[in-house]
Amino acid sequence: MNGSGRRLAVVGNGMVSVSLLERLAALETDWRVTVLGDEPHPAYDRIGLSQVLAGERAAGDLPLRDRAWYASNGFELRTGCRVLALDPERRRLHLEGCPVEFDACVLATGSLPFVPPIPGADLDGVLGFRTVEDVDAMLARARPGGQAVVIGGGLLGLEAARGLLAQGMEVTVVHLVDRLMERQLDHGAAGVLRDELERMGLRVLLSASTRAIEGCGRVERVALAGGDVLPAELVVVCVGVKPNVALAAAAGLDVGRGIRVDDGLATSAPGIYAVGECSEHDGMVYGLVAPLYRQAAVLAERLAGDRTAAFRPLVTATRLKVAGVDLFAGGRTVPEAGDREVLLRDDGGGVYKKLVLRDDSLVGVALVGDLGPMAALADALARGERVRDRMALLGVGAETAPPAGADLPDHATVCGCNGVTKATILDAIRAEGGGATRQCVARRTRASSSCGSCAPVVEGLLRIAGAGRPAAPAGAPDVCACVPLPRAALRLRVLELGLRTVGEVLEQLGDGVGCHRCRPALSYYLDAWWCGEHREEPASRHVNDRVHANIQRDGTFSVVPRIRGGMTSPAELRRIADVAERFGVGAVKITGGQRIDLLGVRKEDLPAVWAALGMPSGHAYTKAVRTVKSCVGTEWCRFGVGDSTDLAVRLESLLEGLYTPHKLKLGVTGCPRNCAEVTVKDLGIVAVVGGWELYVAGAAGMTVRKADLLCTVETAERALEESAIAVQFYREEAEYLERMYHFVPRVGIEAFRSATVDAGVEARAGLLERFRRSRANARDPWQAVPAGDPARFEPALAVAR
Amino acid sequence: MTLAVPLAGLRPNEGRLLVAGGREIALFLTAAGPRAIDARCPHAGGPLADGIVSGTRVICPLHLRGVNLDTGEVDDCAERVRCYPARIAGDAVVLAL
Repeated sequence: MNGSGRRLAVVGNGMVSVSLLERLAALETDWRVTVLGDEPHPAYDRIGLSQVLAGERAAGDLPLRDRAWYASNGFELRTGCRVLALDPERRRLHLEGCPVEFDACVLATGSLPFVPPIPGADLDGVLGFRTVEDVDAMLARARPGGQAVVIGGGLLGLEAARGLLAQGMEVTVVHLVDRLMERQLDHGAAGVLRDELERMGLRVLLSASTRAIEGCGRVERVALAGGDVLPAELVVVCVGVKPNVALAAAAGLDVGRGIRVDDGLATSAPGIYAVGECSEHDGMVYGLVAPLYRQAAVLAERLAGDRTAAFRPLVTATRLKVAGVDLFAGGRTVPEAGDREVLLRDDGGGVYKKLVLRDDSLVGVALVGDLGPMAALADALARGERVRDRMALLGVGAETAPPAGADLPDHATVCGCNGVTKATILDAIRAEGGGATRQCVARRTRASSSCGSCAPVVEGLLRIAGAGRPAAPAGAPDVCACVPLPRAALRLRVLELGLRTVGEVLEQLGDGVGCHRCRPALSYYLDAWWCGEHREEPASRHVNDRVHANIQRDGTFSVVPRIRGGMTSPAELRRIADVAERFGVGAVKITGGQRIDLLGVRKEDLPAVWAALGMPSGHAYTKAVRTVKSCVGTEWCRFGVGDSTDLAVRLESLLEGLYTPHKLKLGVTGCPRNCAEVTVKDLGIVAVVGGWELYVAGAAGMTVRKADLLCTVETAERALEESAIAVQFYREEAEYLERMYHFVPRVGIEAFRSATVDAGVEARAGLLERFRRSRANARDPWQAVPAGDPARFEPALAVAR
Repeated sequence: MTLAVPLAGLRPNEGRLLVAGGREIALFLTAAGPRAIDARCPHAGGPLADGIVSGTRVICPLHLRGVNLDTGEVDDCAERVRCYPARIAGDAVVLAL
């Protein structure tokens, strides 16, 4: 961000380079970054080139970031700048002009098209398909009715073929192997793809080797090894790419097929890293964008000082749209000995679905035409879960036979091990929303979590309730028009892709921009889903969350320090009084939650006010754990039956700092007289003889609602544990801005109870573990922030010019 | 009057208040470039520099009215806020008042 830090040189300005820069910007590191790109323009969306060729998108839409973005983030961008040599010892890059010195260097040099040694490959009219210039050249030569040959039937070659077809050309694809896209697809899927492409008018020649490209000065025909000759006025060569390792190899770095890197993307030379298509990790060179973006994320975290960030390849499946045909493939699609195949094939319908299983776990998948079960398959593949109902996973059986369980009465017991009825399961599915899966049902009800024999019935009930297809849910609303996925499906994608900032979520799963509704919502979800191990993006937060105070109608702020359980001391009160006088606050008010509110503080005074108070934030400005209101209890009250102040202080200490879907107000009262009014709190605890009663979902605001009794426990420790589990469940399952008193009636108190108090040992342990992790990652913003970005609190400075 | 505001103190999509020449100006670094408008929402005087910026719109933090940073138009409001030309030059945003 500023000019004082260490120097980082990034060689290469492609998609992965930009991804790295975006993440560095989000992490607000102090690196002084220079980006050297050899193309004459800033990085663009290379994947979008095929759309430009097909006339679906303008070339002007391709740039990923404009020059102003680089400048505003303090990145120096040099385009049209070729790096001639890398000197790892002296940490220097040689260019045509002055050398660039660095403390660390990232090689993001990408890959180069592989040009096979075919005679005539240098003729005019023989092109690659890699850059904007290649596409411009193709468009300049393409003409309706003209004949084109694409050499190479991989992803890129087929995209080029589709584009030229859209330009009205007659296109033949010549492919050396006996099936298209052999790296991703098995014979069956490739066959269906070929049929679909031929139906569109593409001609496909397999097992065909090019002997020569011929012509006089410019290309006229392609001669095949078998003797056939294809007339051609345009030839596009897409037989693959090779990692661009020249710079690294000349500098003596360890280079295999790519530049060899470790889990932290470090090369064999100290201070030099490599990411993207030029790198080789654990023997693998990656070409698809998802794993490469993960590399960029890991490297950014490393550069920001996180030594634990590590790139670990996941078995992920990728959705590809090849020449207009939907494909979804991942893992190994060609079975090895001992694997089992499950296959559905509809030749006339252009549909092909194949699963490859090893010991009942999914290890490979290929779908063509109908990607219906895609989300569930991606999930099963990434987790390597055991697959019980293979047909359901293929999306088969839904229309042909009534789903299992359809004929059962509501009171019938479905899961004998845990005594769960059909009605309870249907309630749980409804509570979960459209993203419900069998695992969700198991978590909520324990059904199917023991012997598993009822799993097919649970799957059937999921289908009856219209759930079980996270990609296309019935009923669950999308998070926002800007991020068109329901919350449950979005959570899955966010965790799978490792997205830790709002910007990344919008970039990869949304419209890239977002709005003032979804960006705060996403900010909350990321915090909750990653248990605080996300990256805050202040620009996506309401001003209250940026400056950790509550904006008032006149633009000043209110400050409410945390006073746990409402228990304070003369010294603390004196300090508060001193602060109020010193900073001339407009008003001092005791709040309804038994706290002290200092109103009318100027934004630029906030850091000084916090420092003078020396108290933690009360979070009164945000959707978070607010206050635990208390009465004095047995310590002083002649009626008290429990030590309510002590429990209130412990409860507030346990929960403070946690963000919640909406504000969370709590109370602990020492006897059923209920002086702390806990039966109208989001979570309230009442001391009774022999223990404590826990209530949830009370309200005394826009609506008034008496809380529901959740459970009765014997000890204060149990009361704390049940509170933590209930709060964590609410944090994970409620929509953003859904108060506890809306959430609990929506899911039903019985379902809430069976997912918390009565949940299985594992489910409870999971909730507690995520709760503790979130709590451990919670920082008091009044201590953390002023040092972070003081500029946020001050008006901008300007000088006249 | 021409003013230069160092980029170092600005953050993408986070507004800053600028007080200059007796005026209060809200300055933004959007993905489309820098934008500068009068700092007060005409509806109830809300501090626009504190709003959430998406694309080239800012949402007033007090009552959530949207303001178009290119035209100065305000949702549900006949009045516009004034826009000032702003551009990046070197390591600063240059404003013409």
